[in-house]
Amino acid sequence: MLKILKYSFYDLMRSRWSYVYFIFYLLLGFVLLFLNNDVSKAVITLMNIIIVLTPLIGTIFGVMYYYNSREFTELLLAQPINRSKIFMGQYIGISLSLTLSLLLGLGIPFVAYGLFKSAAIFDFSLLLVVGSFLNFIFVALSYNIALSTENKIKGFGYAILMWLFLAVIYDGLFLISLMIFNDYPLDKFSLIATMFNPIDLSRILILLKLDISALLGYTGAVFRKFFGTNVGMLISMFILILWVVFPVFRINRKLRKKDF
Amino acid sequence: MKFKIFFFLFFSVLTISAKQIEVCHSCTIKTISEAIKISVAGDEIFVKKGIYKEQNIIIDKSISLIGEKGAVIDGENEGGILIFETDNFTIKGIKIINVGISYTIDYAAIKVVKAQNFIIEDCILEGVFFGILIEKSKKGIIRNNKISSNRKNEASSGNGIHIWSGSEMEIYNNELFGLRDGLYFEFVKKSEIYKNVSHDNIRYGLHFMFSNHNIYHHNEFRNNGAGVAVMFSKFITMYNNTFKLNWGSASYGLLLKEIYDAEIYNNLFEENTIGINGEGCTRINYTNNTFLRNGWAVKIAGACYANIFEKNDFMHNSLDLAYNSKVNDNKFENNYWSEYTGYDLDKDGVGDIPYRPVKLFSYIVNKTPEALVLLRSLFVDIINFSEKVSPVFTPDNLMDKKPIMKRIND
Repeated sequence: MLKILKYSFYDLMRSRWSYVYFIFYLLLGFVLLFLNNDVSKAVITLMNIIIVLTPLIGTIFGVMYYYNSREFTELLLAQPINRSKIFMGQYIGISLSLTLSLLLGLGIPFVAYGLFKSAAIFDFSLLLVVGSFLNFIFVALSYNIALSTENKIKGFGYAILMWLFLAVIYDGLFLISLMIFNDYPLDKFSLIATMFNPIDLSRILILLKLDISALLGYTGAVFRKFFGTNVGMLISMFILILWVVFPVFRINRKLRKKDF
Repeated sequence: MKFKIFFFLFFSVLTISAKQIEVCHSCTIKTISEAIKISVAGDEIFVKKGIYKEQNIIIDKSISLIGEKGAVIDGENEGGILIFETDNFTIKGIKIINVGISYTIDYAAIKVVKAQNFIIEDCILEGVFFGILIEKSKKGIIRNNKISSNRKNEASSGNGIHIWSGSEMEIYNNELFGLRDGLYFEFVKKSEIYKNVSHDNIRYGLHFMFSNHNIYHHNEFRNNGAGVAVMFSKFITMYNNTFKLNWGSASYGLLLKEIYDAEIYNNLFEENTIGINGEGCTRINYTNNTFLRNGWAVKIAGACYANIFEKNDFMHNSLDLAYNSKVNDNKFENNYWSEYTGYDLDKDGVGDIPYRPVKLFSYIVNKTPEALVLLRSLFVDIINFSEKVSPVFTPDNLMDKKPIMKRIND
């Protein structure tokens, strides 16, 4: 598995897209800091970008890599290597290279602008952790889609749709249901609904650090307990890990039955 | 002038005739109550180092009670300690600990009833029920005191400095923490409150009721259960105060309820759940205040008319303004809004397109508070944008027509 991981990783590191991705984040970081000149303010802007863009890029990269390396994968499958090792190697390779682009791309400008002297270092590292999680989650989800769809175009379509659903439509439905069922106690529902969407979950994790004063504005024991203590942080982190584990688990199950 | 000369003579006569009575464990007079019994008006009682276990000391003569460093009166949690029922007295440098709790009687470390011209200074009051309780008095100075307690709930705790019916008081340089309300004023007139620090109290840092013509400035209120409340008062001036870290569902930097004709300027509201919450406020000028990283910078509920927000900085608040009605009679002009996305083509420092501080999302959160979990989501940004383009739900005349491009109160 390590060999395949290494191969996919180097393959991606050499590819143009990784560089583009890396340079995009690098520029973004520098421009943000140049305009704001304040690390803690830049973190807020960055959050908006990370929770939307990282999933999108993870999704596209995942699907693209799967379809592009299909022939090579088939060649590998002819060898006496365990299927799940091949795919896990590829999956981890992509996720790692994307995460590396993210970490370096944003890390370099922030370190250059004196992150270590700023109080925002914890917020910023949380942002990077969440970004990395989103990479792993969305690459896994897109691999799931690609494995289940033979048709390239359809696969792409589904993957983009999934991103659109989780990034925008889900929140819309969520908000509408909150407004329709206004008369019922909704605090538990709203927290649980948040857990079912990795993008929302990551957003909440970051909000816990940035907008805690607003989040505590709602009267409700469940909210209070969730946001006011470290419980919220721990639960969100745990579920974020589950969000990685389940799609990866499904990839493996799918692989066992799939006919290449 | 005549009046002043009279006072000067009056006091000089007093000082000439005054004698000092020393109290200590090895002196002839061993307790404070004994000393008070033998004293006459104008005397100074000097309490030397040591712990005095006494309660309910009633002082009805115009004396000075001065404590040496280390002079402690221990109430042993049994009742009130010092009760002044006289004019022209001074108390200085005494430490009072362990005032009793009662659910029917307001026990206080220092209680003042119907007094004039008094000074309470440099006292340390610890583990109090009420700290300084003043009733029907005027012209008092309360300064440099440190009042604290460690109570856990509202019912079993009292206020730090509680004034019921008073006027022309001057309260400054005090530190108050761990109490129910740090400072509480009811029916207090023409008083000045400044440079006090009131923090970590169970309820309000400062609580104002039916108190007109007061000024408070350079105070700091932080981390209080419900922030600061100013209610049912007229002609109040508040400036250079700091309100910060007041978190909770009913927690405000500043709660204004039924306030008329107030001036609020140069204050800093930082990281509160709600910076200013206004209900029934009329003719209030908010000028040069800074709202930094609050949940809601300003929340305006019903019946607020003719409020003017000018030259304030609204910076990085989760929501700038919440408004629960479609009618607007308040004016926002020349403020700086960090969320403003407009431009300034003629370079006069004023944005060319108006800014709408009420977002659709803040309207939704007003109706459905649980929607708060969707704060900063992409969907919310999209609906906010569409509402900005054509306002349907938010008051369409509520806008800052001349938003400033740069931060004003740096």
